[in-house]
Amino acid sequence: MTPTGPDAPLPVALRAEALEQLLTERGLIDPKVMNGIITNYESNVGPLNGAKVVARAWTDPEYRRRLLDDGTAAIKELGFSGTQGEHIVVVENTATTHNVVVCTLCSCYPWPVLGLPPSWYKDPAYRSRVVAQPRTVLSEMGLDLADDVRIIVRDSTSEVRWLVLPERPAGTEHLSEAELASLVTRDAMVGVAKVEAP
Amino acid sequence: MTAPLEIEGPAAPPRSNGELVFAEPWESRAFGMAVALYEAGAFTWPQFRSELIARIAAWEISGAADEPYNYYRLWLAALEEVLAGLCAVSTDEVTTRARALAGRPEGHDHRH
Repeated sequence: MTPTGPDAPLPVALRAEALEQLLTERGLIDPKVMNGIITNYESNVGPLNGAKVVARAWTDPEYRRRLLDDGTAAIKELGFSGTQGEHIVVVENTATTHNVVVCTLCSCYPWPVLGLPPSWYKDPAYRSRVVAQPRTVLSEMGLDLADDVRIIVRDSTSEVRWLVLPERPAGTEHLSEAELASLVTRDAMVGVAKVEAP
Repeated sequence: MTAPLEIEGPAAPPRSNGELVFAEPWESRAFGMAVALYEAGAFTWPQFRSELIARIAAWEISGAADEPYNYYRLWLAALEEVLAGLCAVSTDEVTTRARALAGRPEGHDHRH
């Protein structure tokens, strides 16, 4: 590859633009539909949906049971479903067991409940290291777990998208479901952080 | 197929709980194209996903000496591959069009 001249590699932004033009001209995509999809994922499909699921599970034991039994169905009950949201399995973090999610193959992720994956989730370093040294990687991300806490690394595939049900922080008994949801972060639902009391 | 829009007013997702999803605008376009085509039934998600996995694996094996890891660059390449396989848009057509776009007059493209 030469750095300049007619054979120089084109900026990837231009390839994306060129592809979009060609697809639009051929009627394969409608820019309006596409804009709607992007806006939806950027603005509306966010970790907040997952936070609502977690808050419901914290406040409704029956819902929690259904969620752990069949995550996809229980999440659908709250109206969240769609692309990449199939086959969600919810695992519970406790005082003695900590789950953390990775996708070693690519970046499978439950979009409808967690929004788009953060850049570190897609990074090869995270994907390979968290399997081999979960305690170290979590510590580097600011989560220090006691030595007697068992860590389970959950590897996402096209068949299973994991969602972590974090521990409800102590001292939040008086909070409403909506207030609880506002405490839940995306990172806690991936298992790289805990939920903190306000 | 996209997730429902329902989100209450005061509950507009807290940005501290969100993230900068796309580093550059073209990344969101690449994302949107793939999802739009998938939702329109142009290809199945496993078709696209396997191409993406292949690209990521190839990048990891190559040692990536000549370019840093960029998820959406590989995503776009996978999308181009799937579309070429469907005879929808060829790689050469994309290259030709991109070169034409590169030749736009000064000021048209501020991305440099």
